[in-house]
Amino acid sequence: MDVLAFYVFGAIAVIASLLVVGQGNPMHSVMLLIVSFGALAGLYVLLDAPFTAVTQIIVYAGAIMVLFLFVVMLLNVPREEPAPPNVSALLGPTGMRLGVVLSLLLGAEILWALGRVGIGWFTQGSSEKSVSSVALIGSGIFLRHAFAFEATSVLILVAMIGAVVLARREHS
Amino acid sequence: MVPLNYYLVLSGVLFAIGTAGVFLRRNLITVLLSIEIMLNAVNLTFVAVGRYRGSVDGQIITFFVMTVAAAEAAVGLALIIALFRHRETLSPDAFTALKW
Repeated sequence: MDVLAFYVFGAIAVIASLLVVGQGNPMHSVMLLIVSFGALAGLYVLLDAPFTAVTQIIVYAGAIMVLFLFVVMLLNVPREEPAPPNVSALLGPTGMRLGVVLSLLLGAEILWALGRVGIGWFTQGSSEKSVSSVALIGSGIFLRHAFAFEATSVLILVAMIGAVVLARREHS
Repeated sequence: MVPLNYYLVLSGVLFAIGTAGVFLRRNLITVLLSIEIMLNAVNLTFVAVGRYRGSVDGQIITFFVMTVAAAEAAVGLALIIALFRHRETLSPDAFTALKW
């Protein structure tokens, strides 16, 4: 049952993410990304993390994606332009062949490393006890990670001021 | 219970999709969306490993990653709006003033 749900949510997440990258309309990309985030929230529920799942829906799918939707509608550029010819020597046929060889090398290296480590390495220390308590998360954030929490609030303030300053219309 | 490796492989696939999006797309908004996909893949790894170690720290760091993602989206979108006012385009090829 768990494995079936994992496959369903994983397939939805991968297909939606592929479509986000693969199709041309930014509006549809944002909508498909919301679908992908919903599937990830389902995976979080499978992982006994309901708080993270709810945060994912409210913060990501609710707040951040609405921000993206506002900007997509504000700018209103439905189609992207085709690539200009010969922007750089790296984008020519030689560069592309080099890139294919390099990514194949990287894939082979990852497979080699996984083979060395052993693919079942992580399952040995798996713990069956559930850690889904919101009280545990809260005490972790506000006691052990209190400095990171305060630093995050400063970061949010800086991002807010930065966004207002950057997006302001210049008066000449 | 689903083995941890399943989650790690899924997260790797999502991260690869996001990376491909950053390099292949010619629209700044879609590039930002691809970065969000990569951040979510990392979040999935944190939560999965935290669950299998029986620790709550994975969910805590996911919380911090989400706030950083929100700040990144706000500043990135403000930059995109400012760039669009200058050039009337969203193609990354149009902004090469700092390129040698």
